[in-house]
Amino acid sequence: MSLAIKGGHLIDPANRVNGKRDLYIDGEGFVVGVGRAPSGFKPRRSIDATDKIVCPGLIDLRARLREPGLEHKATIESELKAAVAGGITTLCCPPDTRPVIDTPAMAQMIQSSAWRLGYAFIHPLGALTQNLEGKKLSNMEALDDAGCVAFTNASAPITDTLVLRRAMEYAASFDLTVFLHSEDPWLKADGCCHEGEVSTRLGLPGIPEAAETVAVARDLALIDQTRVRAHFCGLSSARAVQMIAEAQRRGLPVSADVTAHHLHLTEHDIGDFDTQCHVQPPLRSRRDRDQLRRALKQGVISVVCSDHQPHEPDAKLAPFSESEPGISGLETLLPLTLKLVQERLLTPVEALALLTRNPADILGLESGQLSVGATADVCVFDPKERWQLTTARLQSRGHNTPFLGRELQGRVTHTVVGGRLVYEADKGLAGP
Amino acid sequence: MTQDLQYDNNGRLKHFLTIEGLPRRAILEILDIAKSFISVGQREIKKVPLARGKTVVNLFYESSTRTRTTFEIAAKRLSADVINLNIAASSISKGETLLDTVRNLEAMHTDLFVVRHNKSGAAHMIAAHVPPHVHIINAGDGWHAHPTQAMLDVFTIREHKGAFEKLKVAVVGDIRHSRVARSLIQALKTLGVAEIRVVAPRTLMPSVVERLGVVPCTDMREGLDNVDVIMMLRLQLERMTGALIPSEQEYFNLYGLTTEKLAYAKKDAIVLHPGPMNRGLEIDSAVADGPQSVILPQVTNGIAVRMAIMALILGGTPAEGRARRAPARP
Repeated sequence: MSLAIKGGHLIDPANRVNGKRDLYIDGEGFVVGVGRAPSGFKPRRSIDATDKIVCPGLIDLRARLREPGLEHKATIESELKAAVAGGITTLCCPPDTRPVIDTPAMAQMIQSSAWRLGYAFIHPLGALTQNLEGKKLSNMEALDDAGCVAFTNASAPITDTLVLRRAMEYAASFDLTVFLHSEDPWLKADGCCHEGEVSTRLGLPGIPEAAETVAVARDLALIDQTRVRAHFCGLSSARAVQMIAEAQRRGLPVSADVTAHHLHLTEHDIGDFDTQCHVQPPLRSRRDRDQLRRALKQGVISVVCSDHQPHEPDAKLAPFSESEPGISGLETLLPLTLKLVQERLLTPVEALALLTRNPADILGLESGQLSVGATADVCVFDPKERWQLTTARLQSRGHNTPFLGRELQGRVTHTVVGGRLVYEADKGLAGP
Repeated sequence: MTQDLQYDNNGRLKHFLTIEGLPRRAILEILDIAKSFISVGQREIKKVPLARGKTVVNLFYESSTRTRTTFEIAAKRLSADVINLNIAASSISKGETLLDTVRNLEAMHTDLFVVRHNKSGAAHMIAAHVPPHVHIINAGDGWHAHPTQAMLDVFTIREHKGAFEKLKVAVVGDIRHSRVARSLIQALKTLGVAEIRVVAPRTLMPSVVERLGVVPCTDMREGLDNVDVIMMLRLQLERMTGALIPSEQEYFNLYGLTTEKLAYAKKDAIVLHPGPMNRGLEIDSAVADGPQSVILPQVTNGIAVRMAIMALILGGTPAEGRARRAPARP
């Protein structure tokens, strides 16, 4: 169905657009006009975007959908609905599903589920090693053909440094991108929160900052040698950020992301054992959080992701260290990033670049922008609307978020995926 | 949040989970009530009817002799009905969650749970999920807190030393993994002791130990110099395998309390130990059984202190030292 989005303020960082522009989308799902309709274009439907911001659909580099394998927590359908309710039109799914995404069949199965539902696009991340065991390399080239956009061992560590080196060399041979979760498993041990003030006070096993810096140092040394294109996932400490900045200055092909919650929360939010703040890597000190924000402003960290991890309620109803880590984050990704605009750290264009063109660049995707001819993945939001996050409002099956009850500003009103209006705040979701 | 959870809407102590956040007068009130219960244990008929008709469940997920037994005796001396459950051997092996177990027992109209668990925060988690008429006492959670132990320790210190303000206290041993140390330090800070030192190698100290408001020492002579009170902590033998200390021999040489090392402290210093002791590892028998040891009085006092806390929580005595309820977090 052809569509016109009229009266809105279009922010398209990739095309340096930041102003009032109407957007025209044809029945095939492509952008056919920005600012001006092509001659004779008659949209079947028109959306009034007055006082709203129109931007490319958001791209989330890391979201667990829990299917296949953990459907008691969530399903591809439930979480894709949550994604579009949060303005996200493309997301990457880490390979630690059950079974692992280490075969082309698994990669295709997940993508075809998404296509069938038609809410948002899923780009699988392929396993870097078979079954994530850190022993044998996965069939990266075949997985690449099957649609995997990058390769990672997710949070399963590759302890054998030689295997990691080989994996990087192999990936570099085929110009593939590697995603790294840098954490030394021995220093982490059974830690469940930042080793610092709060772990000392509450007697919780801590994860020292060195668990991250030791692993980042190792990974950077191997990147230096193999020259693989690498992306660091979910940095948590100020020192690790410094190391990445220094590597970028030396010209290493490295990028990095941070989760939305690490930009707003610290170890102190754990309070008295609030398991909703049990995340991996852990929330660290105020200084760490402030440096993550600064790195975002300076461009050292170029992407904010949700690191969405939906859980059933029982997963969090346990003593802190026994509870499962992770936050349900798809529906707070945009408002938490916009909060950095409200707090005057970022301009709206900078904030939206972190969620659109920057992740697209890392993945080598053509989406994340709205030039004529692009696939029409669009997010429309009201930047002024204040709303309270409640379980009733969440589309995700996972209600595990420390932001529950908080007031957020900036609310998605429309989401368009491939030209199809899949979400309207007033009317809910379109059918699959 | 701690105060919210420990106190009810009327500012009455509802759960006893941690020393953190308890005002000084609340601690002193418990000590005073405990003092009045000491005589109960010396009578022919060792019972008072303060908790008659109440059901107390000792829910122990970790083995314990002293703590469980003294809680049981304390509850019985208050005339409560007591059930002991050692879960390590029962439901946990059937896959029942902690909360399910509590909910089942709650359905049997339990008034008070005394909970010990090997994970920090277990008692808080339970307290946050029980109905308003159910009370929780933390009998030790992981490395976090052991507030009744801290109360019996400060009770014993007061019995022997009187006022707290001028005291210098040394806590020696595995501070990092010790709920006893954390709670004792908080109690002593609240009571305003002059100085608290913690003595241990860095491997057995928490990462930001200064956050606890103590002076860290790695040397026993420096740590014990001129102190009035020495608290020796139990060293768990598995610390050796975790590469935290090299050997029992080296630990005893450096940190084991012998009569020679005891001489660094004041002449009339007292020695405490939460038990069970490893003789010849953290403490020499000559000290443990010597004139400065108050280890056995600690056990006796433990009953009176636990009676006081249970009575207070079950509403057996009026609460004076109540805290203002903190406003709910936004």
